[in-house]
This record gives sequence, structure tokens and C-alpha cells, in this order.
Amino acid sequence: MSGSSNLVAMKKIVQQLRFEASINRVKVSQAAADLQQFCMQNALQDPLLTGVSSSTNPFRPQKVCSFL
Amino acid sequence: MATQEVQPNETLTNLKAESDTLKTKLEDERAKLHDVELHQVAEKVDGLGQFIMKTRRTLKGHGNKVLCMDWCKDKRRIVSSSQDGKVIVWDAFTTNKEHAVTMPCTWVMACAYAPSGCAVACGGLDNKCSVYPLSLDKNENLAAKKKSVAMHTNYLSACSFTNSDMQILTSSGDGTCALWDVESGQLLQSFHGHASDVLCLDLAPSETGNTFVSGGCDKKANVWDMRSGQCIQSFETHESDINSVRYYPSGDAFASGSDDATCRLYDLRADREVAIYSKESIIFGASSVDFSLSGRLLFGGYNDYTINVWDVLKGTRVSILFGHENRVSTLRLSPDGTAFCSGSWDHTLRIWA
Repeated sequence: MSGSSNLVAMKKIVQQLRFEASINRVKVSQAAADLQQFCMQNALQDPLLTGVSSSTNPFRPQKVCSFL
Repeated sequence: MATQEVQPNETLTNLKAESDTLKTKLEDERAKLHDVELHQVAEKVDGLGQFIMKTRRTLKGHGNKVLCMDWCKDKRRIVSSSQDGKVIVWDAFTTNKEHAVTMPCTWVMACAYAPSGCAVACGGLDNKCSVYPLSLDKNENLAAKKKSVAMHTNYLSACSFTNSDMQILTSSGDGTCALWDVESGQLLQSFHGHASDVLCLDLAPSETGNTFVSGGCDKKANVWDMRSGQCIQSFETHESDINSVRYYPSGDAFASGSDDATCRLYDLRADREVAIYSKESIIFGASSVDFSLSGRLLFGGYNDYTINVWDVLKGTRVSILFGHENRVSTLRLSPDGTAFCSGSWDHTLRIWA
């Protein structure tokens, strides 16, 4: 009966919503501070922020070769 | 009987009412914790200096739109797939093609490199995800060793190996995601919850546990528990299809790119959107996003042929990269973070550094 399958679907939706509503959340100020801290802590290890010299970055142009 | 007919309808009404109450409660709970914006917290952070990146390599060889690409862990090989049905493995340093496979279908929308570097997975309009072991013998016919792993009932939109060559996660136009055992082809877990096509997925960084995020045409981004198959968190703030999702390097957040021309950052612990990356001048959809290693930069490939680089903390655009001559369809940072690769409908891939 289409009525009972709607019921089953609706029960699943309500169950899912109950689950989602019950999770623990932190304040955005806390979460944002943590995101920022991660960036700052890892900034020196981020080659695109620190810049990588030609000798260590295989994609940057190499020294020009001269033909003998 | 009259009483029996009334019962199911009543329960349905009650459930509908409860569902509406819960949805409102969810919104309220999330709003209560919204005490500040990310860019406000980041005001004291130094701004980024001038940011210059250029195309360092152009990989030419596909006969049609490049739809997807992935890096090998060796930081130099790349696999790419195209509308022309071809999957190519490149050496990005030399731009040489190392392997090429012709798929039995066009629109190969997904491809992925195995963690070992010894195989690639791909699929698209064939509704499957197949794994090809890469042979050291260039003359060997790769198609002969092909292994069909995943079967969906609609197109394959994305695929990714998990931490090993043994399992693959897939997403599909059939609205589901699925986890498969590569060796046996067995379905290990399926993930139901999207209301229409799932377009993208990304696995959480291994330190943060067994979860992944998916985005779809229903404008939702869902976070899933890989073991139980349950949707743990769901975010619906985009105004159109979500084309790309990518975890922030710490695993506590993820970014999304959408046809609504915005990229957004969602924090998993605050359980809400915490930043929008948009400009009035950007009106074309974002097709793919990725973070730099520290998570400070967000690269977005757009349908207006450009790549916008965003300061994740401050919410401002740092740079705009031109070069592609058609839509940017795919974009990934290299494993060591020194470069990124973009693929485009202009048939080429570009390495930027």
C-alpha cells in the first residue's frame, strides 16, 4: 500500500533528523580559531605560501642549458 | 475498516509535524552557535602577499574535453580522462604519455590513481568503475587486464581509492555512493540519502577516521560514516548543484564548489557553513576545488575558463589565473603541495607552480 511505504520513508526521515539534531556542536568562534591555528601552524610547510626555489621545485624553469 | 484507514494517515501527519519541528530545531541549534564570522576571527592575520603562479607545463593529447584527473603519490605522474573515451597516464615533469587506454564508452567522468601507483580506476557513461593495472611493458595492452569493480544504475561521477589499492569509493548519477572490494567486485557498503545525482566525493584525511563527504544535484553536501553507511551530517546552503567537495587538510572542515558560482567552507564541528567565497563579477559555476597544504589557499576552477585563488581565512580573492581556453573541469593539488594541475574542456591539462 502506498500509504505504508510513505510511512516507512517518513519514519526514516524523522529518525535521520533526530540523529542530526542530537550531535554536539561547538561555537563558530572556537571552530574558526582552530581552522586559523591549523593554517598558521602549517604555513611554513606550505610550498605555495613560502615560495619554492627553482632548484627544489621540479616544475619551475631550470637554468638555461647552453649548447656546446 | 474505517478506524484502520484513519490510523496510517494520522501517524503520517504526526511524523510530518515532527520532521518540521526537528528541521526548525536544527536551524536554531546551528544559529545559536553562530557567534562570529570566520573572516572576523581572521582579521588580525597577516594578509597574503602578491601571489604569482604560471602555467609550467601543458599536457596535450586528449581529443576532447578533459573531465577528470588525479595525481600519483610519486608527485610526478598524472592520470586524466576525457569525453573522447581515453584515459591517459602522463609524466608531468616531461609531459610524456606513459600509458593510454581506450574505454568502451565516451564521457569518462571519473578517474583515480591507486595509492601504490600500480593501477588506475576510471568510469563514466558505462555506469561502471573499472581498474586497470599499469604495466611496465609499454607495449602491453592494458585493456586486456581490465577489472570491472563497481556497477551503478546510472553514470559514474567520481571514484577514489581508499587508503589502499583494495577498496574503491564511487558516486553516481543514480543518487548513491558505494564502497567496493576491488579484488572480488563485492559491494561492501552503500550510501543512500541524496535526492538526485551525486556529483562528487572526497575521503577524509586518514588521521580523522572513516568518513567521506559527497555533493550532489540536490544542493546538499553529506558527510557519511563509511562503516555504518549512515549520513552523519548534512549541509544545504548552496543554491545549485554541488560539483566538487574537498576536505580541509585538518579534516575538520570541507569546501564545496557549485553551479551557483560560489565556493563555501563548512566546519564539521560547528556543523554549519562558515565562509562563502564569491564576487558579484563571478557568475559562472565552480567545477572543482582544492586546498593548498596548510589550508590557507583555496583554488577554484570555474566554467568561465579561469581559476580563482581564495584566502580561506579572510574570504578574499588573492589571484585569478588565466590560460585555459574553455571551462576548467577538474583541479588537484600535487601530493607535495608544490604545484597543482587543472584539466579543461579545451582538451588540455596545465600544471601551475
